[in-house]
Amino acid sequence: MSDTAHGDVTVDRLALADELAGSAADGIARVASPEVAEYALRLGDDALVNAQQLGMWITRAPELEEDVALGNIGLDLLGHARSLLHYAGTASDRSEDDLAYWRDEPEWRNAWLFEQPNGDFACTIARQLVASLYWFELYGALTESTDPTLAAIAAKAVKEVDYHRDHAVQWTLRLAGGTDESRRRMIEGVTVTWPYVDELFADDDLVERLAADGVAVLPSSLRPAFEAAIDAVFAEAELERPSGRTAYTASGGGRGGSHTERLGPLLAEMQVLARQHRGASW
Amino acid sequence: MSTPGETGTEAWPLWEVFVRANRGLSHVHVGSLHAPDADMAVRNARDLYTRRNEGVSIWVVPAVAITTSDPDAKGAFFESPAGKNYRHAVYYTKSEGVKHL
Repeated sequence: MSDTAHGDVTVDRLALADELAGSAADGIARVASPEVAEYALRLGDDALVNAQQLGMWITRAPELEEDVALGNIGLDLLGHARSLLHYAGTASDRSEDDLAYWRDEPEWRNAWLFEQPNGDFACTIARQLVASLYWFELYGALTESTDPTLAAIAAKAVKEVDYHRDHAVQWTLRLAGGTDESRRRMIEGVTVTWPYVDELFADDDLVERLAADGVAVLPSSLRPAFEAAIDAVFAEAELERPSGRTAYTASGGGRGGSHTERLGPLLAEMQVLARQHRGASW
Repeated sequence: MSTPGETGTEAWPLWEVFVRANRGLSHVHVGSLHAPDADMAVRNARDLYTRRNEGVSIWVVPAVAITTSDPDAKGAFFESPAGKNYRHAVYYTKSEGVKHL
């Protein structure tokens, strides 16, 4: 593939298949074991739900330029989701579309952070700051995975997430250091986002087993680097981690399929076309 | 003299974007955009103008910093070269053996 292979936008099943990192096009087509598939599903669902959220900003961002920036980030995340869901689907002979469009809420494995409402622009930036700093550490570590497909997906994703991180950091600094109103909103954004941080770094039996084999990255192992990174941003922006009465921790449970009330409507909007018009193509 | 596209009513200032496609070429004007400051203008330019591998380098310039020639004075400004063929090297006979002149 030439380095301009992504230049032409075509909605062609074969051309899209070529773009999947870690797929047959990379020469490492593999079938995921059920446990690896579950892990890939978690990561893929995080990315897909967040991509859908960012798509909602199109025509609603403060300026046209931000529509494009958020849309771009959403498209990158969609690319990660496609690769991860494709790989997850190999374990059960399901396609990425089967997994994206034909699973109901309890079958989704995304963490709660990603399904939280966009809120205002500052609230979205706060969510993307946490998300991109987490993903940067995750994909950086996952490039060392003993699973070559996951390592290939991570290698592609980490470069893109590096830019997402920059976008979120730049806006955090500007909103926190802008007007009184922008600062108030940024603080509010961090406050409503923070309860969902813990779930990202929670270990369970599945990741512990996979991490022991070098396949997965133990979420808890990413937390020190994440906290150092976000504390550095907060220090520059003169923000603080929420504490006291405004600080609480959400119970989480997204990895096991229990979700907040936000996910249902989000999935309905995302899945309606595929479900109403089976086999639609364009 | 006003800057093209600058109405003074936008929340964010206008920036002109120049992209260098390859090493050895010069930066070429590709368009304009709005951004709150120079750093964000570079990032917006990256999203708007280089996402399909168009560039290796980006310049952004505040549109207000650009002074333009007056469109109404086009006649006086640009027409004088016309009818002055002696300004062009068209009366020389090409030397033998010079292929690409």
